[in-house]
Amino acid sequence: MTPDEIRELTVERVREGLKARRFSATELAQAALEFAQAENPKTNAYLHFCPERALEAARRVDAKIAAGEDPGPLAGVPVAVKDVILTKGVRTTCASRLLEHYIPPYDATAVIRLEQAGGVILGKTNCDEFAMGSSNENSAFGPVRNPVAPDRVPGGSSGGSAAAVAQGTAVVALGSDTGGSIRQPASFCGVVGITPTYGRVSRYGLVAFASSLDHIGPFARNVRDAALLLQVIAGRDPMDSTSAFAPVPDYLAALDGNVRGIKVGLPREYFKDLTSETGDCIARGVELLRKLGCEIREISLPHTEYAIACYYIICTAEASSNLARYDGVRYTRRSPHSETLSDMYRNSRGEGFGAECKRRIMLGTYVLSAGYYEAYYLKAQKVRTLIARDFTEAFEQVDAIVTPVSPFPAFRLGEKIADPLAMYLSDIYTITGSLAGIPCMSVPCGKTREGLPVGMQILTRHFDEVGMLRLAYAFEQAGGADV
Amino acid sequence: MKITEEQVRYVAELANLKLTDEEVARMCVELGAILEYMDKLNELDTRDVEPMAQVLYEAEETATLREDVEGPTLGAELALANAPLAGAGYFKVPKVIER
Repeated sequence: MTPDEIRELTVERVREGLKARRFSATELAQAALEFAQAENPKTNAYLHFCPERALEAARRVDAKIAAGEDPGPLAGVPVAVKDVILTKGVRTTCASRLLEHYIPPYDATAVIRLEQAGGVILGKTNCDEFAMGSSNENSAFGPVRNPVAPDRVPGGSSGGSAAAVAQGTAVVALGSDTGGSIRQPASFCGVVGITPTYGRVSRYGLVAFASSLDHIGPFARNVRDAALLLQVIAGRDPMDSTSAFAPVPDYLAALDGNVRGIKVGLPREYFKDLTSETGDCIARGVELLRKLGCEIREISLPHTEYAIACYYIICTAEASSNLARYDGVRYTRRSPHSETLSDMYRNSRGEGFGAECKRRIMLGTYVLSAGYYEAYYLKAQKVRTLIARDFTEAFEQVDAIVTPVSPFPAFRLGEKIADPLAMYLSDIYTITGSLAGIPCMSVPCGKTREGLPVGMQILTRHFDEVGMLRLAYAFEQAGGADV
Repeated sequence: MKITEEQVRYVAELANLKLTDEEVARMCVELGAILEYMDKLNELDTRDVEPMAQVLYEAEETATLREDVEGPTLGAELALANAPLAGAGYFKVPKVIER
């Protein structure tokens, strides 16, 4: 297979190739691994590869095909997995020095499901340390470069997964999203990224950052492949008590291109200050939706301006609790310079965590500490109720909400890293949906004059992935990526 | 300043996190700016609002709880495999009690 063929693979093309015996799953895995390894220095998207596991998965697919069995909906498809998702026997670092040598003793449920469906995991992708960041510059193992523009960030925190799919070194990828970590990198790299409803995909085996907000979700180069990966990983898992019992509908059946009469809301709070090229792209995207027969209405989400403060209180509070487990006792790294137990805790954590993790642990500990809990944490939880209520009320008037994913396209490496608050503020459009726990996704929506991709965000009601995907697919098929 | 060096050191103690003097100084500035921004929430009257601790949605009543039956576990060897220091089936830590 030529590099160009690999780069442009889709799930459908892999299936056709296997069926026509143009390649075996093993041959494809070998070629894809070789290609991904050769391309990786350009982006640093992968932290490590797992050729043995990939070839074993591919052999299983070939054996099933030889035996005349169904090899599964993802048979032979090269997949990348964000390095915060556990892979048994394959190093999982969370892009942190602290877990540099951590070998998980079990697989995440999403990983098990995608391999059962025939997926072939090539390797683990780079990200912000413990998924904390919006640019992938907080990785302990170096930043990721955006394949579209190498002097720019791929977005974060799932920057490696977005970059791998954009670069063509994986057909689809798994990422995680807490406040925008799938959608924002998808938009920066020009690919599709889905944050499903909270609870739709099991988080068993996802290293916890902020448990009331964490999601696992897919990246792909088109809506169909993203929907297919979601289909494979969605559904109740007894290993995650927050995973939902709601039945999983047939997502592919929703991709019929018909969106006539669908009511689409544009929240005025999101558009009032949006005068950039991003705004122009979204405006053209909305025009396309109108041509497709959608009914466009202005709506209001009045508490939008409080979302960032609310989100960064809740997520840091939860992070400070979740990261307490890294104490130098159980997870590989211990400071060698400690006489007492308490020094050992302090030094191991002080030496192991990077700057952003420390900042969030400190913020989270502060907002949960005696005397501040009510003023910050409890207050934020109440504001979260108001933000979620905004959406409930909006969805009484419309079927879907459309917004930009980010106020600006991919920024330059180093441009925002010195100012943590400015970095937090860039998450404005993605965190509201996360706080409400509704499904949201990014779909490519034109490019700036410089050629930087812009993403349109689509949000729908809880568990209405079908409505979201139907709109995204119709938009994509009508040429949304080139508006 | 929204947060003093003394407060930063106190919070770092609570978090069991060793910070260098330079980090403490930087945290004062950065956390100060972020906390000041967060005061924005005080513009909202939330007296009659319930706090939201989990995502809530309409759903049928479901059986998240299961029977308390024994299932497979990792076992001591696997559970200890990532420990920086282990022995005799236990995690080892620096001595806590003086003889």
